[in-house]
Amino acid sequence: MSKVDNLEKIIEQFGPHLHDAPDGGWQADRTIDKVVPTHCPYCGMQCGLNLLVEKNKVVGFEPRYDFPVNEGRLCPKGVTAYLQTHHPDRLLYPLIKRNGEFQKASWDEALDLIVEKFKELQAKNGKDSIAVYSGSSLTTEKTYLVGKFARVGLQTKFIDYNGRLCMASAAAGNNKAFGVDRAANPWSDIPHAEVLIIAGANCAETFPIINGFLWNQRDNGGTWIVIDPRETPTARQGDLHLQLKPGTDVAVTNGILNVLINENLIDEEFIKNRTNDWEATREMALNYPPEIASEISGVPAEKIIQAARLYGKAKTGMILHARGIEHHSNGTENVLSYINIVLATGKIGAKGRGYGTITGQGNGQGGREHGQKADQLPGYRSILNPEHRKYIAGVWGIDEAELPEAGVSAVEVFQKMREGEIKGLLSICSNMMVSLPDTNKVRESLEGLEFNVCIDFFMSESSRYADVVLPGTTWAEDEGTTTNGEGRVIKINKAIDPPGDAREDWWIVQEIARRMGRGKYFQFNSPREIFDELRVASKGGKADYYGITYEKIEKQNGVFWGCPTLEHKGTPRLFEEKFAHDDGKAKFHPIEFKGAKETPDEEFPLILTTGRVVYQYLSGNQTRRIGFLVQQCPEPYVEIHPETALKLKINDGEKVKVVSRRGEGVFPALIVRTIRRDTIFIPYHWGEELAANQLTNPALDPTSKIPEFKACAAKIEKIHSRELPILGKGRKGASLSEVQRGK
Amino acid sequence: MEETMFIDPQRCIGCRACVSACRECSTHKGYSMIFVDYIDRAETTATMPTVCMHCTEPTCALVCPADAIKMNEDGVVMSALKPRCLDCRNCVNACPFGVPKYNTAMHLQMKCDMCYDRTSEGLKPMCASVCPTGAISFGKYEQIVPLRRTKPVNAHVFGNQRVETKVYLMLPTDETEVTVDGCGVFEGKVAVGEKTAESWMDTQVEESDKSNEF
Repeated sequence: MSKVDNLEKIIEQFGPHLHDAPDGGWQADRTIDKVVPTHCPYCGMQCGLNLLVEKNKVVGFEPRYDFPVNEGRLCPKGVTAYLQTHHPDRLLYPLIKRNGEFQKASWDEALDLIVEKFKELQAKNGKDSIAVYSGSSLTTEKTYLVGKFARVGLQTKFIDYNGRLCMASAAAGNNKAFGVDRAANPWSDIPHAEVLIIAGANCAETFPIINGFLWNQRDNGGTWIVIDPRETPTARQGDLHLQLKPGTDVAVTNGILNVLINENLIDEEFIKNRTNDWEATREMALNYPPEIASEISGVPAEKIIQAARLYGKAKTGMILHARGIEHHSNGTENVLSYINIVLATGKIGAKGRGYGTITGQGNGQGGREHGQKADQLPGYRSILNPEHRKYIAGVWGIDEAELPEAGVSAVEVFQKMREGEIKGLLSICSNMMVSLPDTNKVRESLEGLEFNVCIDFFMSESSRYADVVLPGTTWAEDEGTTTNGEGRVIKINKAIDPPGDAREDWWIVQEIARRMGRGKYFQFNSPREIFDELRVASKGGKADYYGITYEKIEKQNGVFWGCPTLEHKGTPRLFEEKFAHDDGKAKFHPIEFKGAKETPDEEFPLILTTGRVVYQYLSGNQTRRIGFLVQQCPEPYVEIHPETALKLKINDGEKVKVVSRRGEGVFPALIVRTIRRDTIFIPYHWGEELAANQLTNPALDPTSKIPEFKACAAKIEKIHSRELPILGKGRKGASLSEVQRGK
Repeated sequence: MEETMFIDPQRCIGCRACVSACRECSTHKGYSMIFVDYIDRAETTATMPTVCMHCTEPTCALVCPADAIKMNEDGVVMSALKPRCLDCRNCVNACPFGVPKYNTAMHLQMKCDMCYDRTSEGLKPMCASVCPTGAISFGKYEQIVPLRRTKPVNAHVFGNQRVETKVYLMLPTDETEVTVDGCGVFEGKVAVGEKTAESWMDTQVEESDKSNEF
């Protein structure tokens, strides 16, 4: 049982504390021993950067101008990323919780305890009583190993990962429509598109570096259509902003498709030769004239028509989307409805004609390909497919019958903990107490576990609940590959040795497997050896890595999969001649509008949507410790439209209570005209009482099991206190209007 | 040096990568010489980066009683020379762009010198290297300007003062000058000493000065 009774002490010991200077302080005369070319540890852009190393410590960075994705460019998270490596909060030795307190332990003590408890639980309750929960900020080698570890090391069927909270619906939609899940075009295609549709993607804050490509497209005379409930920096910079009600994407896309059909802006030739099931989709779209689409979505009909004409008449065009359309209980359908537009106009499979989801996590792409997903095996193989099972069992040297069946998705894993079916957990690279919806329920799940192990390099809000915490490595202390959002496999290089007793995550996982008596399946001495097995495991699969080697990655500045042979240079652009379904054709899907599971009513009259800020990465376990980033955005806030605020008598900066059916939280109001009157927004990167996910709805998309982070019903209550108004913290760079109103 | 900086505010996404990267310059000791501000967050997400514009006749140098602010042969206006700087903050108050800041701890004025240590070695300044969108760019006029749909402007009129700068603002209009009407803009926003100051020193650095300190 692992409750947290002494939160203050844990925070005092393990942070988050703010740290804001390289080891030894800012110094003018450092002797740099080596410059290590590698990549940023954060988002799916995986920008190149050089780490400056002095005496086995990373003391700074230098732009890596030669890496083609970013050519030196970085966002503030990337610039300050190196400050993690010698952060005073780093976990430097294994910790065992005794009488509610974390105590220093040796690796042998910690690992033996884990193995003893795991064996005990499994003997009593069966192999599946232990779950593994992983993440996609790990290298592909590690994600592959974690998948194998769960099924072969622990022999449990319960494994899933935080990519389920990221783009699982995009993956499902892509598989249904195209037969494979990868961005169809390299980002270098973006500048060649006349028109971009950017849907549910606040590129400016969530993928700052993609903005370089977007602006190159603009310089070439291109236009942007931005579909977003908020006037984000990206929406502000765009040419046409469709400010829809959260959760109504399908109405907008069907409205666009309707105009495309009626104005004959579709590509009949392409539809005939390269797609299936058009007729049903065409008929469906006829029911969504722009007026109806407008009524549902709140976007003026003229703007829907204008968007359709801009995109339809252009010779080239690309659709890019992200979490905004994906984090819905009908996320897969949202994705498919955008793909319908792509296919109807034939804008795919060529330079400047394309489509793609912009993956959020650093290794969001690689991490979803090689078997840490509940129903998946390496190389995008399926655990339900007998031939796939046979092949992977062969690679792993086990009997096919030994390979567990499919498990369940992230949110369902935590539900099974509450139901008592899962009694033990090993989590790695994940901070569920921030990132899963309905965090009060997640806490219940964690508190109810009989044994809980966590591998991380900082004490996260979630690892506080663990019985054993094992210190892993940051990205600068190990090598391996990741696959960025465009499908480019790149190489992370090791700059320094792990500090203290911290060990590489693959070593830790393998060591547990060895002590569980499964050592013969885990004989890896280096990430390279894991990669070599992964290459074989993925061979012949949809995500074929067989022809990719560390050397080739270095030589080519990355290799786009599929790369089936050693001679193959990789595949930057997909679908040039055929799609990945057996008949080589793409599929239309008629999608009717359904909307969010929970819509506003009298009691909860507002739509709450959540998202990110540029200064924080995902659950914030890394970035909420970096002084610079925290100064720019010290806490979450709730964006409210001035007219809504006026009705509720709320002032800018005043702390208000936001309530949903699942929980409540107190956030300072940021009163801005950039949001819809019926919508409020809270960034989600914080934990405990600051977690936006106390409020969000764990309703799942039936196909992909992605939760509905982006729309739920909520209300705002004014706080009545003697010390009114209680203001939020100041932010660096706040505008004069904010500062004055705050006074 | 033929290269200069081009500031294209409409491309700015407010990420402050430039601010964080500026701190990395080994001579800054962790201080950033660049500022990114929301214009009016209540109305818009628009932001604006401010770097030293490197005036051809720098006001900061003109008002310096100690002749501590020098321009190099490339037209780059350097930070105040430490042995000469008198801590008087004339430059801090006089710069029409609000660029130089006074560092109380180091007893020194500090400002952007276009990463002289980097550019003299053929490297781009830190801010222009990392800027994700090209809102801050460094390069030759003929390399950058033809690629953009915005127009370069390097003349600024502040009331009676006309300033020409080495750095270009890239504007989406055909204006040849940027005009700032000082009187109107600052009306009602200048602090008038109603509070009783603790000493004459405090009066000197009240409001406007304090906001210009590190």
